[in-house]
Amino acid sequence: MTVKNTLEFVELEQVYDLLAQAIDKVGKDNEALFLGKLCITLAHRVGELDSVKDSIRIAAKQF
Amino acid sequence: MRPADRGELDSLYFDYSVFPFRRAPELDGSEVCHPVIIAGAGPVGLIAALALAQQGIASVVLERKNTVNDGSRAICVSRYSFETLQQLGAVAPFLAKGLGWTKGRCYYRDQLIYRLEMPHSEHERFLPMYNIQQQFIEQYLIDKAAAYPDLIDLRWQSAVLDVHNESDGVALSIGTPEGDYTLRGQYLLAADGARSTVRELLGLRLQGDNLPGNYVIADVRMLHDFPTERRSFFESSGNPDATVLVHRQPDNIWRVDWQILPQDDPQEAVREETVRKRVQAILEMIGHSGEWELEWWSIYTANTLCLEDYRHGRVFFIGDSAHIVPIFGVRGLNNGIADAVNAAWKLAYVLKGCAADTLLDSYSPERRGATLDVFRNAGKSSRFMTPPTRGYALMRKAVLELALTEEFTRPFADPRQVQPYTYQQSLLTTADVDGALFNAGPAPGAALLNHRLGEDDYLLDHIGTGFTVLHFSDQNALSEDIANLFAALREFDPQLEILRINVTPYDGSEDGRVLVGTAGNIRAGYDGVDGSLYLVRPDRHVAGRWKSADAGQVIAAMQRVLGGA
Ligand SMILES: Cc1cc2nc3c(=O)[nH]c(=O)nc-3n(C[C@H](O)[C@H](O)[C@H](O)COP(=O)(O)OP(=O)(O)OC[C@H]3O[C@@H](n4cnc5c(N)ncnc54)[C@H](O)[C@@H]3O)c2cc1C
Repeated sequence: MTVKNTLEFVELEQVYDLLAQAIDKVGKDNEALFLGKLCITLAHRVGELDSVKDSIRIAAKQF
Repeated sequence: MRPADRGELDSLYFDYSVFPFRRAPELDGSEVCHPVIIAGAGPVGLIAALALAQQGIASVVLERKNTVNDGSRAICVSRYSFETLQQLGAVAPFLAKGLGWTKGRCYYRDQLIYRLEMPHSEHERFLPMYNIQQQFIEQYLIDKAAAYPDLIDLRWQSAVLDVHNESDGVALSIGTPEGDYTLRGQYLLAADGARSTVRELLGLRLQGDNLPGNYVIADVRMLHDFPTERRSFFESSGNPDATVLVHRQPDNIWRVDWQILPQDDPQEAVREETVRKRVQAILEMIGHSGEWELEWWSIYTANTLCLEDYRHGRVFFIGDSAHIVPIFGVRGLNNGIADAVNAAWKLAYVLKGCAADTLLDSYSPERRGATLDVFRNAGKSSRFMTPPTRGYALMRKAVLELALTEEFTRPFADPRQVQPYTYQQSLLTTADVDGALFNAGPAPGAALLNHRLGEDDYLLDHIGTGFTVLHFSDQNALSEDIANLFAALREFDPQLEILRINVTPYDGSEDGRVLVGTAGNIRAGYDGVDGSLYLVRPDRHVAGRWKSADAGQVIAAMQRVLGGA
């Protein structure tokens, strides 16, 4: 699917760092819970069901 | 189960009547063929008998036991069920005893995260939900049945042992303390509960899923000051690993439900000592430090199971014999009551010769549709109450933790309580005609909405026991067309109740009772204009509606319901 609003690459780089640091900070035991909370928050804010579904599909591709 | 020092019917708050066996005429050679036989005098069988009696149809109700159910089971009775009880003329003791409620609270780790508010407005006579123990429900229905001595023949200590489902009727073999007899009838309503004998005798099986998770349900008596609200607790200090529910009931009885984990041994979970320990921990968590007494407890499994067809020839399954649903949405009993009413008016109209046999074909699709709708909702709430997999458990924790600070995940904690089902897809329902759409009011297939007309005066107080017409008009005198239409509708149903919703007060009406529309602004609630008409079935569901009624269309809609008769 085509996505209307994406981040600039430089912004995405920031997100990459922030995520990495947050995952380290919450610790190994809380990593899955943190990511679950993050995803549902992002989904709520994105406000486009198809885009969220497609993102879940993309992220699950290699497993 | 009851505490070890108390007998099976030794309740802290309910005096069990023991109903005597009375010798049936069939034991002395009578071979009468009864119009309707009802197997089981649980709440659902009793409602069916009352609904039939109200239509003038006699039934024989067979009950294996000699009293009402041994512990409290269902406690939450919905507004829609109360409206049914009102229509049956039976609501008064329920209103006097029941504790009404509209609100709920959900806690995560002992912190309030969600406030449940059920839909309510000034137009409702009844609250969204009432808590009342099932023993009282059954007792009040039995009392009401006694008002129909010629129409309801309630036979205690009479067990259905065998069933023959024949093309022209049913023949049952009944076991009693004084021997067995054969009982013949035109139709059988199987209201014999989750372990239905009739279902087994006909070789039928419930299909569906056993959801993971067992619950222990305990009733305790205590003086505890908290409003009648539904309280649910996730990961609470009283039961850190699983969910807890707390409900208030009449007579200072409190219902405490807690989930037991898949790895827990169910036998151990219902041992009296284990139950007492868990109750103590939960009561501490809700801030009750005083005395409490254990009344009764039981174990409950969440299932979504139902029959593929609720009708088999002359046998109709109503209530738990047809479907077993999880408790979270409090639908078990409420849906059973709706089954009973649906089956009863249809049978009555066929038996009275007002409807073709085909009307009976609509019972199973309508009520099974309602069950499947329950399953969809209950499936969602069960997955939340009892996450079936690691993924579900993780996501539940995620939304609950977020709910501590964020608004947007709080609705996940909503218990999705029972809503009346809409028979939109039923073959009996006439859809809105294009271009004449209503902006308000109950849609075709939906149940009538109540509407306040004045002080202690509501629309549903006025509806009949048969079909009801709501006719909106600006003129006091009826046009000839409409007068002819009403006459034609009366030919179909002599019980027809006509409610005319006029702009101005008017008396001396020969055709129907007049409600003054402007008083309660019912026109806006129903989006009725001069000439609008709602045709309503005996069970309060809308068969069809017209912005500007055309006699031909209204009669066609009536024919659609009643068939070729
Ligand atoms: C432990 C427990 C807890 C529950 N808690 C809740 C709750 O909190 N909320 C809720 O909504 N629902 C609850 N339910 C479900 C609710 O009680 C049922 O949905 C409701 O009782 C169904 O009514 P019924 O008349 O169809 O069946 P039942 O109430 O089971 O009545 C069936 C009757 O048929 C009789 N019978 C059976 N076989 C024969 C036979 N062969 N011959 C003659 N008579 C026979 C039985 O003795 C019984 O009286 C609970 C059920 C149980 C078991």
